[in-house]
Amino acid sequence: MTSEVGFEPETSATSTQQKKPRRTLSDKAIRNLFIWPALILLIAINIFPLFYSLFLSFTDYSAIANQAPEWIAFENFGRILNDERMWEFFSTTGKYVLYSVGLQMLLGFGLAMLIRESFLGSGFITTLILIPMMLSPVVVGLFWKLIYNPSFGFFNYMIGMADPNRPLDMLASRFAGEVVNDLALWAVVLVDVWMWTPFVMLLVLSGLKAIPDYLYEAAAIDRASSWFQFWRITLPQVTPLLLIAVLFRTIEAMNKSFDLVMGMTGGGPGTATEVIGVTLFRTAFQGQWRTGRASAIAYVILIIVIAISNIYIRYLNKIRGEE
Amino acid sequence: MASFEESGPSTPVTEGIRVDKVSPRSRRLKRIRSLVVVLIALIGLIPVAVMVITAFKSRTEVVAVPPRLIFEPTLEGFVFLLTERSQMAPAILEEAKQNAGELGLFDRIALNAGQQITGPSDFVRRLRNSLIIAGGSTIFTVALGLFAAYAFSRFEVPGKGDLMFLILSTRMLPAVVVAVPLFLMFRQLNLYDTHLGMIILYTVFNLSLTTWLLKGFMDEIPKEYEEAAMVDGYSRWQAFYKIVIPQASTGIAATTVFAFIFAWNEYALALMMTSETARTAPPAIATMQGRGGIEWSAIAAGTLAFLIPVIIVAFALRKHLLRGVTFGAIRQ
Repeated sequence: MTSEVGFEPETSATSTQQKKPRRTLSDKAIRNLFIWPALILLIAINIFPLFYSLFLSFTDYSAIANQAPEWIAFENFGRILNDERMWEFFSTTGKYVLYSVGLQMLLGFGLAMLIRESFLGSGFITTLILIPMMLSPVVVGLFWKLIYNPSFGFFNYMIGMADPNRPLDMLASRFAGEVVNDLALWAVVLVDVWMWTPFVMLLVLSGLKAIPDYLYEAAAIDRASSWFQFWRITLPQVTPLLLIAVLFRTIEAMNKSFDLVMGMTGGGPGTATEVIGVTLFRTAFQGQWRTGRASAIAYVILIIVIAISNIYIRYLNKIRGEE
Repeated sequence: MASFEESGPSTPVTEGIRVDKVSPRSRRLKRIRSLVVVLIALIGLIPVAVMVITAFKSRTEVVAVPPRLIFEPTLEGFVFLLTERSQMAPAILEEAKQNAGELGLFDRIALNAGQQITGPSDFVRRLRNSLIIAGGSTIFTVALGLFAAYAFSRFEVPGKGDLMFLILSTRMLPAVVVAVPLFLMFRQLNLYDTHLGMIILYTVFNLSLTTWLLKGFMDEIPKEYEEAAMVDGYSRWQAFYKIVIPQASTGIAATTVFAFIFAWNEYALALMMTSETARTAPPAIATMQGRGGIEWSAIAAGTLAFLIPVIIVAFALRKHLLRGVTFGAIRQ
């Protein structure tokens, strides 16, 4: 790019030299002035707290007790890893992420294939489909709670399960008075899928539109079946974008499941939908105020998220590099 | 490809072979396809429609079994959402009903439910807090993001890739994870439950988004524009605000809206870092059902008030939507 400017190198060089005294700030000064405010804020509000909570995770400390943090080394971590309930909460989170991301990929891909060729009003329809993803998860959770209500909610009527003798209560994990395992979790997953399938669709769609026509033309000349074309052209071409979608949704599902669950069930019934974010919130704030232990849980979550986002960034760079 | 062009295909490529072009059969398929998509979109919008309907139902209509689609619309939900009311004694109620003609719309609706408006509700303050905090933080985060994005886009920055990664990685942190130490810090600094504290928090929270998005938009503006301007005697600063900012205005507008929506929707940090003075609308909507029975119509009205700006924005931004939610990674 820069070489194009230098078509008259001598004149441009001399004129910049002449103007130099009038410039008040050098490029380097401007660069530092532009970057540092943002970096300082990030360090103060994000990086420093991380180190602070790393320290706290090795201590016994409560934010409401008037005692200094007491160093207990790895005891917090040992307790968390030996606590069976903790494993249960982590596995609930894992299930939640697995179900919702898996479904979103399948449905999002399918939807993208359907919407691939634009038709009259397809832009409008696409935007309509995208609305849920722009909403506040906690507010969404709340109005889905109304929709799921066993007596006056619309959900049971829509799926034809409104028989008052055999009530279906999704959020209480009950059907006809019997407890059905994971029903409440599926209820939350369904809302997450409703919100985020359009996102996956949009990503896949942008991948599909980027596939060059000549690949299909060549395949058609070879009289390849459409099944073959799908497996050998379409799928490999959108795989990088699908991977990005998987990673993005995995991280977001871990982050945002808190909002959704708090809006819908608060972790209930019992601990059936208690994702790890809710556990952390309860340990750190509600009633317990076990700051040291909460910091340790936070670090366990952090390590998982960092591992996932590392893979994500790597793929991102790879894809950007190919552009 | 070159050899293909030279020799050409052995058989003529007709409509029947070219899968990417329209044949009568694929035209019919396309029509079915578009119908299916419209159907899916409609099904997907049912929950939103239910919410809109519920916002206009009266208290008794909401809990009707089975749920009704046809009913007499009322603004009761909005009145309940925005006002604090007290129950009226029967005698006073009769008297008030006779003078109903002189009352305002809100008073009359409350009167129908046998209640008297005593003042604005908490929710009005929550909405105001949301506006102040989301608005304030958006201004700061876009300004800071603009500067940082320009520097990253135009200058050699040592360790650029790592720094950009660091900035992005702050966004990957679950809010609950940083909330614990932040809570302690903010308490020490007397920033807990203050507007300023929340503005700072959301500014930083959105900084990664604005920096990444704006850098993407600025990368698209040719460097040559500024270089030409600087040859003509502009300083670097002048080139930045007289050339780059106007050129990037669409991108800046999109980024601003995204930052605003994220701050406007944020729940976890607001829940943990505020209690009363600076509490925003999302945690307030979530706890609304705790007080005096669940007033679903009020909740639906609150949700609708929250939803409308977002829907408008979704349409305004549809070209940039994907870019916004993937931090500029994917350009449509």
